[in-house]
Amino acid sequence: MSPAAVAVLAAAVRAGTPVLFATLGEIFAERSGVLNLGVEGMMLVGALAGFVTTVRTGHPWLGLLAAAAAGAALSLVHAVLSISLRANQIASGLALTIFGTGLSASLGRSYIGVPAAGFQPFPLPGLGDIPILGPMLFRQDALVYLSYALVAAAWYALYRTRWGLELRAVGERPEAADAMGVDVARVRYGCVAIGGVLAGVGGAYLSTAYTSMWIENMTAGRGWIAVALVIFATWDPLRAVLGAYLFGGVNALQLYLQASGTGLPVYLLLMAPYVFTMVVLVIATRGTVRRRLGTPAALSLSYSRDGG
Amino acid sequence: MIPPASLRSVEMRGITKRFPGVTANDGVDFTAAPGEIHALLGENGAGKSTLMKILYGFYAPDAGEIRVHGTHKVWRSPGDALRAGLGMVFQQFMLVPSLSVVQNVLLALPPRGWRLDERAAASRLAAEAARYGMAVHPRAQVWQLGVGEQQRVEILKLLARGAGILILDEPTAVLTPQEAHSLFATLRRLADEGRTVIVITHKLSEVMAVSDRVTVLRAGRVVGTIPTARTSLWDLARMMVGRESFDLQDRAPVPPGPVVLEIRHLWADGDRGRDALRDVSLDVRAGEIVGVAGVAGNGQRELAEVVAGLRRPTRGRICIAGSTLAGADPRAAIRAGLGHVPEDRLGTGVAPHLSVADNLVLKRYREAAFGRGPRLDRAAVNEAARGLIEAYGIQTPSPDAPAGALSGGNLQRLILAREISAHPQALVAFHPTRGLDIAATEAVHRALLDQRPRGTGVLLISEDLDEVLQLSDRVAVLCGGRVMAVARPGDVTVEQIGLLMGGAREALSGTTA
Repeated sequence: MSPAAVAVLAAAVRAGTPVLFATLGEIFAERSGVLNLGVEGMMLVGALAGFVTTVRTGHPWLGLLAAAAAGAALSLVHAVLSISLRANQIASGLALTIFGTGLSASLGRSYIGVPAAGFQPFPLPGLGDIPILGPMLFRQDALVYLSYALVAAAWYALYRTRWGLELRAVGERPEAADAMGVDVARVRYGCVAIGGVLAGVGGAYLSTAYTSMWIENMTAGRGWIAVALVIFATWDPLRAVLGAYLFGGVNALQLYLQASGTGLPVYLLLMAPYVFTMVVLVIATRGTVRRRLGTPAALSLSYSRDGG
Repeated sequence: MIPPASLRSVEMRGITKRFPGVTANDGVDFTAAPGEIHALLGENGAGKSTLMKILYGFYAPDAGEIRVHGTHKVWRSPGDALRAGLGMVFQQFMLVPSLSVVQNVLLALPPRGWRLDERAAASRLAAEAARYGMAVHPRAQVWQLGVGEQQRVEILKLLARGAGILILDEPTAVLTPQEAHSLFATLRRLADEGRTVIVITHKLSEVMAVSDRVTVLRAGRVVGTIPTARTSLWDLARMMVGRESFDLQDRAPVPPGPVVLEIRHLWADGDRGRDALRDVSLDVRAGEIVGVAGVAGNGQRELAEVVAGLRRPTRGRICIAGSTLAGADPRAAIRAGLGHVPEDRLGTGVAPHLSVADNLVLKRYREAAFGRGPRLDRAAVNEAARGLIEAYGIQTPSPDAPAGALSGGNLQRLILAREISAHPQALVAFHPTRGLDIAATEAVHRALLDQRPRGTGVLLISEDLDEVLQLSDRVAVLCGGRVMAVARPGDVTVEQIGLLMGGAREALSGTTA
């Protein structure tokens, strides 16, 4: 494989990572029955919080914590509205995205153009020397490695722990979970918060590892891609990896084509990852969506004992 | 005969629960003791389920107190009740359909570490299942199971949890006589082990057959609590209804007309595997009710779905009033003259968020009487709806109320009104009275019997054997997807039917119909 191709693959992993974080988080929220369309907003707020903290303290890890906290804080707004107050989840999530977009734009104005010392790539000893796979997967930054661990952890938590069973039950039949003594609201709050944390981390990846700068609206729709990839992944963390890297791959490819000067209009290239995601989503889920495979049965439905 | 305080496992005093517009429980006192099967009897809406949901922590009472084994309890959630040793089998099973049987049992077990131990839960389940002789498939997903098996899972789940006080809400509504019989045997064993068993029911014969004591509720109040041995069917009926109950009117003989529903060599796959129907052939003539009896999960659902055009047969054909149906096309079935009263009233039978009026014309809104072109004539719709509401005695606050808000009985009246008013040639009714009270059941039975003089052929698929034998002109017995026999109800005994349901074809050697 040519060095250029390997470089594109490595870039694909980097470009896919922020989406992967956000997708994993949204999988938890939706598995518990809460649709959170605020991913884009939470990512932006996370990106800004992570960037600002990194600039101020010089520690990207502190930035990461701040981003996680900011994403979680925003997600709890959605949790209170949709779980406790039983508001419409679609409306509440959309509002969250609009709020997060505006908030990050106005607070981040003075940070445009400020440089930050973010996460730097380093090879994992041994693994980094494997041909092709080494440069592609194991000469990345710490957050990419973290995302690998997170995929495994998410899968394990969902399918191999009691909590995972409870949250799947809550998302499928909250009344059954309730009757078995599971605290439906608590599980949902937890899952929405996980969604917020991971969206915030995904945002921080963009501003402290992928680019190391703050640009207004820098997520550029990646939050929405994450929401779409949850469906592509049929709410399964392992399939989320595939979706995120496919998106990242097309992104990396179009950047490469831009750089190598093919003469294709730049805007067409910029559009490519999103169009590609849509097309893949339609093709890959034609059968599964029709049969509602994997869709949590209680998704976007609020729960109360007296009401149902 | 009220047990002394030391022997009461459950004690409810002065329980009152109000919902908007209705007092479901009004100062109810209820006690139950270990070792007894206590029947809670009453018509639909008498407040039985509400009372038990309060006992199980699902609802908080507006007034009154609960004692369990003498200790005053205030539940914050069913989880509290569960931890105190209570367990409830709801009428709508509390199982997660997309999870396996073992996973549902795991969900019920008290937390032991954060890792899932499916193997331990499976062996626990197998032990309980063997002990009480209840067959289940541990690895099957719940949505694949028939209702009888789902109920066994519900009970086993609570036993695995170690529940000492078991509440069952209308447990036999979904069972065959044989299944009900074995359930009663299981309940008796559980009581003999010192557990408290509370059974909610509106079936008098069940109370007499299984309970030690009975508490009768009417309109949210206790009519009385008596030992079963000291009462009779008639006394209980009077206490429950507050009037004498009526039997079905006699049926006039109707000469059967031409075949309106012809099923020939029909094969179909089920959700759980291949060949749920095997070479089924059956005729329904105009003016005739053909009943289909069988143990849950022997092809009834598939038969109803194939006839209604909701499931594709793998082989064979169906003719409705002369037109052959190809593949799965519900609209073609309707056009050929089929009416369908489905198993799942709320999910398949109506559009729950649409109004009662809209649901009543759901099959006919394309007709000229309801508007021209794309426009829908609301006045005509409402007028037709009002006529049907009146004729079928549908109790609804208004024609504009959402159909999903109706009670089970009124929902079924709505569905029957819609299907019958479309003047079908053939009508398929699947579990038409499941979960309904006496009055609603009578109304449904009368509506089905009324189809005979009108010349509609009715295919009645039901797991309530009494109902099938009472209404049908001929009865077909399904077992393992095959028609074991077709007979006139007068020519066979309940025992013979029971044997056929169990697959013993020789039970009827020589008899044909």
